[in-house]
Amino acid sequence: MELNRRKLFKVSAIAGGGLMLQLSMPNVLAEDGKPLVASKDLNFYVQIASDGQITIFAPNPEMGQGVKTALPMIIAEEMGAKWEDVVVVQAPIDSSKFGMQGSGGSMTIPRNFDAMRKMGASAREMLIGAASLLLEVERKELEARESQVIHTSGRSMTFGQLATVAAQQPVPDPEVLEFKDPRSYTIIGTSVAGVDNLVVATGLTEFGIDVDVPGMMYASYTRCPRRGGIAKSFNEREIKRLPGVTDAFILEPDDRAGKSSFAFMDGLGVLRGGVAVVGDNTWAVFNAKNKLKIKWDESPASQDSWPEMVKQAKQVAAKGGGEVKLPGKTVDAALSDSKNRVQESFYEFPYVAHICMEPMNCTADYKKGKSGEPDTLEVWLGSQFPELAKEAGVNMFGLKPENIKVNGLRMGGGFGRRALHDFSAEAISISHRIGKPVKLTWTRTDDIHNDFFRVGGFENMKAAIDSNGKLAAWDQHYIGFGNKGKPVIGSGLRGNEFSMVALDNARVTQTLMEVDTSCGAWRAPGSNTNAFVEQSFIHELAELAERDHAEFLIELMGSRRWFEEGKISSLNTGRAIDVIKLAVEKSGWGKKKLPKGTGLGLAFYFCHAAHVAEIAEVSVDANNNYRVKNVTVAVDVGPIVNMSGAISQVQGSIVDGLSTMAMQKITMKNGEIEQDNFNNYPVMRIASTPQIDVHFIQSDNQPTGLGEPALPPLAPAVTNAIFAATGKRIRSMPLSEAGFTLV
Amino acid sequence: MSKYTLQVNGESHEVDADPQMPLLWVIRDKLKMTGTKFGCGIAQCGACTVHVNGAPMRSCVLPVSAVSGPVTTIEGLSNGNELHPLQTAWIEHDVPQCGYCQSGQIMSAAALLASNKKPSDSDIDQAMAGNFCRCGTYVRIRAAVHTAASFYNADTSAKKGA
Repeated sequence: MELNRRKLFKVSAIAGGGLMLQLSMPNVLAEDGKPLVASKDLNFYVQIASDGQITIFAPNPEMGQGVKTALPMIIAEEMGAKWEDVVVVQAPIDSSKFGMQGSGGSMTIPRNFDAMRKMGASAREMLIGAASLLLEVERKELEARESQVIHTSGRSMTFGQLATVAAQQPVPDPEVLEFKDPRSYTIIGTSVAGVDNLVVATGLTEFGIDVDVPGMMYASYTRCPRRGGIAKSFNEREIKRLPGVTDAFILEPDDRAGKSSFAFMDGLGVLRGGVAVVGDNTWAVFNAKNKLKIKWDESPASQDSWPEMVKQAKQVAAKGGGEVKLPGKTVDAALSDSKNRVQESFYEFPYVAHICMEPMNCTADYKKGKSGEPDTLEVWLGSQFPELAKEAGVNMFGLKPENIKVNGLRMGGGFGRRALHDFSAEAISISHRIGKPVKLTWTRTDDIHNDFFRVGGFENMKAAIDSNGKLAAWDQHYIGFGNKGKPVIGSGLRGNEFSMVALDNARVTQTLMEVDTSCGAWRAPGSNTNAFVEQSFIHELAELAERDHAEFLIELMGSRRWFEEGKISSLNTGRAIDVIKLAVEKSGWGKKKLPKGTGLGLAFYFCHAAHVAEIAEVSVDANNNYRVKNVTVAVDVGPIVNMSGAISQVQGSIVDGLSTMAMQKITMKNGEIEQDNFNNYPVMRIASTPQIDVHFIQSDNQPTGLGEPALPPLAPAVTNAIFAATGKRIRSMPLSEAGFTLV
Repeated sequence: MSKYTLQVNGESHEVDADPQMPLLWVIRDKLKMTGTKFGCGIAQCGACTVHVNGAPMRSCVLPVSAVSGPVTTIEGLSNGNELHPLQTAWIEHDVPQCGYCQSGQIMSAAALLASNKKPSDSDIDQAMAGNFCRCGTYVRIRAAVHTAASFYNADTSAKKGA
C-alpha cells in the first residue's frame, strides 16, 4: 500500500530545508468512463520554505477567468495556510508533471476542485504528523490553521518550522483524506483579489506579445483575404528594400499543422498560405504589409457570402424538414388544431469575432540540430492549451515532442480563440525558414479576418398555445452550418438544450448549410445564440397565452427533477426554478413601478453545468435608443470558490453579451471578411455599462465554473425587456441592424 | 532613420527610428518597455495610452518625430515605491481580469484625476470612452476611479499610496 501511495505522492525536501509535495492523481474521467483530457498524471506543487513562505503552483493557463487565484485558494484552505503567506507561481508547461494544462469550457473548477482539496489535505496531514512528532502529542489534539499547527494546550509550531520533518512523514492515502467542513472555511467563498493585480496595475505583466528573446527578429504574415487562396508571387524586391525589413518569402499552405490529438480541434488550425515579412521591429513589418502586392491563386478560395446564406436559410425554413433530433409526434396535430393559438417566428443571429484584446502572436525559435543532433524548438505564446502548440512542430517538421519546449504566457483574452494554434504554426514555420528566433505579431485586421468565428445561424420556431394558455406543441427547426456534413463548432443542437429535455411535446429538426469560413469555439458555444432564440420565443408564447412570463417559464420546467441523476452536466429543473424565482424576487418583477418606455425582460439558460436566470431593466426612447439600466443575475454553480472572481465573471459576461448583441456582426462577401478593426466592428464603451446585481444560490452540489454561463441569457433578457417597454419584438442580432441603438 | 532623444519616466533615451514610427513601437521594441500595449493601431481601443506633457495620448498613432515633451508610461506612474492612488484602488477593487487593457485604462484615468479630482460618473464615462475592455471590467473601473479620487479629497493632505 505504502508503495502505491509513494507513486501517487512524490515528496522531497527542498534545498535549505522545506517540504515539496507533488501530488499525482489518476486521469480525471468523464461520466462515460473515458478520460476528459488526454493527461497522464496531475501534479501540483506546494513548497513550504523554512522561513514560512508557501509557494503554490497554478497549473492552468490564465486568461482573466481567475483560475490562477482560485485553484491555489482551495489548496491553501485545506492546508490551513494563511492566504497572506501564499505566493502563487504559474506552473511551467510540462505534461509529465502536470498532465494536460488547459483552460476552457468553464471546466477548471469542476475538474480540479477535488484534486486541489486532496492536495491541500495531504499537505495538512503531513504537517500535523510532523507536529505530532516534534511536540510529542496525539494527532487528534492538533489542528492546522493560520500557517501553523496548533495543539489544544495552545502550543504551536509554524509551517516553516515543521516543513523539513513534514517532508519525511508517511504519505496519506488520498481515499481516506478528510476535508474541512465548508462552514469553517476562511478562504474559499471569500473575496480574494487576483494574485497578479499588482503586476497588472504597474504594467509588468508579460503577455505573449511582450516576450523578448535574444537575437529575436520580428515578423508579419499576410494571408489571402479569401480563405483558402494561395500566394503565387509578390513584389519581393520592393519589400526587401523597405527600411527595417530583412527578408520576405512565401509559405505554402500546410494542413498538417492542423492535425490535433484533441478531437474537438482536429483539422482546424491549419497553416494558411501567405507572405511572411521579417525585420528588426514590429512597425517595419506591419508597414511592409501595406505595401505588399500579392498574386493569389484563388481557385480553392471561399465564396461565402452572408446575404446568400440568409436567402438560402429562408428557403430552407419555408420548406421545412431537416434531420430529426426529436420526433414530436403530437406536434402537427396541435399546430393544426383550430382551438389552439399558433405563433411562428424566424430568428437570425450573425457570425461574430473573438477580438481578444491581445491580438494573436507567437514567438518561436527553431534550431536545426548540428552534426546529426535532432532539431529543437522553443515556443512562447498565450494559449488555452499550451502543450498542443507542440503539435504543429511535430506534424510539420517531424520534431520529437520531448525536443519542444512550450512557454505558456498569460493571455490577453482567450474566449475560445486561443484554443487553436494556427498562429503558432506560422511563427514556427517562419523561424524554421530563417533559422532565427522570431516574434510573429498579427495586426488587429489579421486578427479579425483570420478568426475562427462564432458561427451565425437561423431558427424557425413554431408553437401552439391551447385554450388554457398552456404550451401544446413546440416545433424548432435549427438552420446552421457545417463543413463536409459535420456541424462546425458552435452550430447545431447537441440534444441537451432546454427544449429537448424539458418539453414533452417538442419536435426539433436540424438542417446544415455548407460553409468555408473558419468557425471555432466562442464563449458558451451554441448556447450564446440558442438562448437568444429559445428564451425570446418563450416570451412570445407567454404573451400569446396572455400570461405572466415568469409563471409561464416556470410552468414549462415541470416537476423539480434531474434529467440525468447525479450527472453534473444535466439540467435540474428545481435549480432552474430557484434561480428564476430569485431573479424575480430581487429585480422587482411584477412589483416595481416602471416609467413609460421602461420594461423588465426575463431569460433563463442552462449550460456548462450552470443554471442562470437574468432580468434586464431597459429604457427605450422614441428613436429606439435603448439603455440597459440594470441586470439582475441569479446563479447556481454550487459553492463559490472566489467570491470576487465569481462576481467579476458574471459582470464580464453581461458586458460581453451586451456588447456583442448590440452592435457586432461579421459578414463575408465572396469569401472576404468585410470588417477590419474597431472602426467598423464596434465595441461597447464604459458609458453603456448597466448596474449589475449578482446573487448566488450556493446549492449543495459540486462546484462548477463561471467563465461562460452568465452570457447566454443576457441577449434574450434585453430583447424581452425592449418588448415589454415598446411592444416591438426583435428577432435578430445585432440590435443595431434591427434599428435599435445602445446608449 | 533619425536620432531622437526622448524623456521617458524621467530618464533620457536616445533612439534611432524612422520619423514615422509610432511612439508605441519605439517604447515597446526599442526601449523594451512593454507595459504599454498594442490593441488596434488606429487609436480606437486605448491600450496604448501614455502621457505626453501630462496629456493622455494614443501612442499607436503618434509618430516619434511629433513627440514634444516628457513621456510617462504605466511603468512610470508610481512614485518610486509608492503606488499611484489608482493602482492601489485597482487592487482594492480587484479590477483586472486578463489585464491587457488595464495599463491604458489606468493611464487615461490618471490623466482625468490630474485635472479633475472629483469626477462624476459622466466625467469618468467621457474620459474613459476611448479605452475598451474586452473582459468587461467597466463596473469595477468606475468604482476604482471613484476610490482613487477620494484619496485626493480626504481631509488630511493628499498622500499617494495611502
